[in-house]
Amino acid sequence: MTDTVLPALRSRTLVPARYRAPGDRVFKTVVVVLASGIIALALAMAVVIYLEAAPTFRAFGYVSFLTETTWDPVAAIHGALPFILGTLLTSFSALLLAVFPALGVAIFTAEYAPRWLAEIINYTVDLLAAIPSVVIGLWGIFNFAPQIRDAVYMPIYMWALEDAEWLVPIIGAPSTYNFVTATLILALMIVPYTVALSRDAIGQVPKEQREAAWALGATRWEVIRNSVLPYARTGIIAGILLSLARALGETMAVAMLIGNRNRLPFTLFGPAATMPSVIINEFREAVEPLHYSSIMAVGFYLFIVTIGINLLASWIQQKLSLTKGTL
Amino acid sequence: MSSVEQGQAVQSAPAYHTNDRHPAPERISGEAPRMQTDNLTVRYGVSTFGIRDVSMPVFDRRITALIGPSGCGKSTFLRALNRMHDLGADIEVSGAAYLDGENIYQPGVDPVVVRRRVGMVFQKPTPFPTKSIYENVCTGLRLAGIRRKSVLDEAVQKALSDAVLWDEVKDRLKSPGGSLSGGQQQRLCIARALAVEPEVLLMDEPTSSLDPNATMRIEQLIQQLKQQVTIVIVTHNMQQAKRVSDYTAFFYVGEMVELAPTPEIFSSPKQPRTAEYLHGTFS
Ligand SMILES: Nc1ncnc2c1ncn2[C@@H]1O[C@H](COP(=O)(O)OP(=O)(O)OP(=O)(O)O)[C@@H](O)[C@H]1O
Ligand SMILES: [Mg+2]
Repeated sequence: MTDTVLPALRSRTLVPARYRAPGDRVFKTVVVVLASGIIALALAMAVVIYLEAAPTFRAFGYVSFLTETTWDPVAAIHGALPFILGTLLTSFSALLLAVFPALGVAIFTAEYAPRWLAEIINYTVDLLAAIPSVVIGLWGIFNFAPQIRDAVYMPIYMWALEDAEWLVPIIGAPSTYNFVTATLILALMIVPYTVALSRDAIGQVPKEQREAAWALGATRWEVIRNSVLPYARTGIIAGILLSLARALGETMAVAMLIGNRNRLPFTLFGPAATMPSVIINEFREAVEPLHYSSIMAVGFYLFIVTIGINLLASWIQQKLSLTKGTL
Repeated sequence: MSSVEQGQAVQSAPAYHTNDRHPAPERISGEAPRMQTDNLTVRYGVSTFGIRDVSMPVFDRRITALIGPSGCGKSTFLRALNRMHDLGADIEVSGAAYLDGENIYQPGVDPVVVRRRVGMVFQKPTPFPTKSIYENVCTGLRLAGIRRKSVLDEAVQKALSDAVLWDEVKDRLKSPGGSLSGGQQQRLCIARALAVEPEVLLMDEPTSSLDPNATMRIEQLIQQLKQQVTIVIVTHNMQQAKRVSDYTAFFYVGEMVELAPTPEIFSSPKQPRTAEYLHGTFS
């Protein structure tokens, strides 16, 4: 038996695997086609948007389009700076507002809360993430924005008029829909993401890592600080950056609440605008070719900014991966 | 804790006692126990016993090996000695464990303090991967509130030297703990545990993930440490128990069957179950 089977086996195994199994080749082809298809699609989209935006770049130049502080389609002046500033300021402020409370909630549910309470909190947070942003915008428009204006912004403004006049140009006269309101709502909208992602990162920390700290005589908080957070930091930072990406791209609720003012300077309690908000507000009225191409140009820069953030995210993640570098 | 309370605690510590389940050879009661358990029982949930009524001494500056088949409660017993079970949900500990005559399970005892005096090394090396080698060793000292650089430097060098790791890492103290080899990581963990100068060191199969060379180094290290620390080590390797330990305790389905000086338990075990197990694993 060995005489007949073994030589046959041998001769077959000498053939390299890639000539033997057609399944491998088929699978590889499918994967390569699909993967390159997605990349090609993204590239094609970028190219189309760029081509559509080209008249604007020709008219204003790449840089002056970015630095021009006025956007006035009637006068055919198109500058993107208000929207770029608006997007960066709302997103980063919202992130700043959201991160620490969100981390606190994540740590509390993962490490301190009894299981039933943690489940209730997690469920509520997940529910919050599932609310469509237009619904949050509606609530903001009819309820939150007018109330917070009357209860908070007006008294502050009145006080500033009396006692701190230097503040007035910074905070501005309170309008119902304004920069701070949009930022607060944006923060509220990204909290569930930051909570869920950092909670998952904390959940990934192996039991052994915690026990190692316990065994050294660490208290609960010392365990979190010495072992849990450092171990989870990559995941937490990735979660924060994903939340930032979401804030940058968030359109509906912001467009509904920010008041849409198309020129600088912005004030805290006055209307402002972001890149997504100007796109959603104006794409239907863009009959002038230059107006149309300028909206495309804003879209093109939004594309660049989000890609930049994503690249930064993966770079940070690589920098901070577990075995590389100490923090 | 006041000295009066301590005095009472000492009084209430039972003398090492014998019953039909826990035979105690006369000879070993001559040694001074550093720790002593009294009907220590650990239950997981309502029905599963991890260990049941274990009463045994852990002798001062001796190496005690815990042996027995998988699932017999060795790790459970070990973790009960520094209150690691406090951390698990649904784990119930009853009975007593005395450290220098003081019951670590009595109300008012801070488990954090217990764990500073009774250190632990785990089966899998668990360095803090993002911390540097230096900071890994410092962790326990910093937790104890030590901030002076000179004190930390000295303690780190001493602990790493005691763990026979100093020469290998002295030029790269700043590199992350996760960048070491498995055997080095385990010695780093031993150094980390030693840095706080524990009185008792618990080791749960510390060499099971290491190659023979690293195992040998750690065995030598354990032998040296005996001068300063009381060691309890769980091992599946009978040769290792024979090589390193002074006393061996045989566990079987949650009970401590026999505790005896190591040469005796291997040459002439008193309990039939011990004999059976040793015979089984050696043949
Ligand atoms: N976290 C847990 N939850 C429930 N049961 C557990 C838990 N840990 C251990 N047990 C049970 O307790 C008993 C003793 O387990 P233990 O881990 O102490 O055994 P061991 O002697 O260390 O085994 P091994 O040699 O395999 O490490 C086993 O029956 C085990 O199934
Ligand atoms: Mg075990």
